[in-house]
Amino acid sequence: MATMEETTSTASSLLRRRGINPGDRVFRGVMIALSGLVILILVLLTYQLLHDSLPVWQAEGLSFIWSSTWDPPKDVYGALPFVYGTLVTSLIALILAAPVAIGAAVFLVEYAPPQFAGPIAFMVELLAAIPSVIFGLWGLYVMAPVMRSVVEPFLKNSAGKLPVVGGLFLGPSLGRDYLTAGTILAIMILPTVMAVSREIVRSVPDTQREGMLSLGATRWEVIQNAVLPYARTGIIGAIILGLGRALGETMAVTMTIGNSSRQISPSLFTPGYTLASGIANQFNEAGTGLYFGAIVGLALTLLVIAFLTNLVARILVKRTASGPVGATV
Amino acid sequence: MATIAAEGLLAKSNNRGNLRRRYFVDRLLGALVTLAAALGVALLAIIIAYIVIKGLPAWNLEFFIGHTEPVGVAQGGVGQAIVGSLLMLAVACVLGIPLGIGAALYLSEYGRGAFAEVTQFAIETIAGVPSIVAGAFIWAFLVKTILGSYAGLAGGVALGIIMIPIVARTAQEVLRLVPDSLREASLALGIPYWKTVIYIVLPTARAGLVTAVVLAAARAGGESAPLLLTSLGNDFYNFDLLKPMSALPLIIYKYALSPYEEWHQQAWGAALVLIVVIGIVSLVTRWSVNRSARRLRG
Repeated sequence: MATMEETTSTASSLLRRRGINPGDRVFRGVMIALSGLVILILVLLTYQLLHDSLPVWQAEGLSFIWSSTWDPPKDVYGALPFVYGTLVTSLIALILAAPVAIGAAVFLVEYAPPQFAGPIAFMVELLAAIPSVIFGLWGLYVMAPVMRSVVEPFLKNSAGKLPVVGGLFLGPSLGRDYLTAGTILAIMILPTVMAVSREIVRSVPDTQREGMLSLGATRWEVIQNAVLPYARTGIIGAIILGLGRALGETMAVTMTIGNSSRQISPSLFTPGYTLASGIANQFNEAGTGLYFGAIVGLALTLLVIAFLTNLVARILVKRTASGPVGATV
Repeated sequence: MATIAAEGLLAKSNNRGNLRRRYFVDRLLGALVTLAAALGVALLAIIIAYIVIKGLPAWNLEFFIGHTEPVGVAQGGVGQAIVGSLLMLAVACVLGIPLGIGAALYLSEYGRGAFAEVTQFAIETIAGVPSIVAGAFIWAFLVKTILGSYAGLAGGVALGIIMIPIVARTAQEVLRLVPDSLREASLALGIPYWKTVIYIVLPTARAGLVTAVVLAAARAGGESAPLLLTSLGNDFYNFDLLKPMSALPLIIYKYALSPYEEWHQQAWGAALVLIVVIGIVSLVTRWSVNRSARRLRG
């Protein structure tokens, strides 16, 4: 209805208002029906996950999310180990990927000759086109052995001796644990964070750079004081967008995280589960009853976490891309 | 403010030692960001190199036409997975193309008001749904409730849901590039709007729309998490959409986690098949997107 009231000069709406051609009405109806189906799929998805996980919410209440006992034979379900694994691996991925991705984005916009920037960006973005299961295959047979025999012993002997952070690097190095899964995730989200950061850095107006340069600043001082502060909100958005991808990754994580331990331990050398890998690993045993509801409950929890993350990221990226945020131009 | 900062900077730069430090920091960080970009490219090169070197020895005729055989009995191949991937992608396209392009057309040609905003929101939200969650939805909705068994059809529908937002968002970008002057010229000749869309807008955007579909299909073709929960996998050739069906990503997963060295090699071989297809698709679509964008911008 609101569309009819709007004053607009486009020819389409003029014609629509006068209803010149009945074909137009049919065509518009078909387009609306197709759009409606897209909306319906989202509604149905949310409804089905809510409906099928209802038994587990009734049985466990909200403690489903923060209870740490997951014991299918006794029909006790607490999703905390899964939530914890999801957050830990995603955080590792962010810490490893964000500096590299932002650095690469800065290089592409500020340093690279224009004729190279496109091809380099294309090659890094090709990483995003590699299927998750192939990262899993590579992680399992190439990276995990290196982590087990080189990286993890090194970390244990260096950082493991420090007072507080040392607790992160305890225990036998297995090669299939939180750290390996997080590292694989870092490689997978690198292209996402880089591509969005590149757009953001590119949208910083040249006047910002010129003002700083005219004061005699070096190239890096321009980036540090004029470019990055301006782009900060958008870059945070890009990182959160990467987080959104890392949270839901399944196959690569399932193949490298170990899927064996159920207790929560501070060490990154512990095999564990994420929400996604838990679903992939256990759905086949969870045909009926409360177990089925619990697996659907994991999916619903993951959906909610991913939705909120993506929402925040979208808002931040849009705000920067559409103009200055609190910056004086 | 600005003048004070300028004077401060000038005063600092008169100090030679400080200037040397600033140049050093400048060089160092310049080198670091270059290294970051190089690392990204190097990772791609290393991963691709491993897949080619380990996968190529697995390629022979039986690898492409055979199906899974017991280890030690016969070599077997991944033929049933290639067929399964193609069949399920066809189902995915039947769902994903009309919904994706329909929603994109609605948004670009009529998109104002609350309904358009809800449609846009739905597209963005589905794009952010983790693929395993889409799989869990179809698992609960089709496999457990309606069909009662794992089936290729369910796998195709799950892939279709993943395709919708990719098709829609790429198509939106492409339709935005069609100049309004073309639409106006057509309308000025008295051609109804719907005919303008079908005979002017769509043909102008054709190359870009094909790209949108191909990109989405390539993404969906590499998905394994949703298929695991819906089509499950199959060791034999199966053309029946109501029965469990194999797919390339599924067979990579199965073979990679198996204890047999022969199957590991076939997993690398199947990974190489996927990478070659995706690589060709990426290069061709990039070339055609650049070309059509140049043409539309004039």
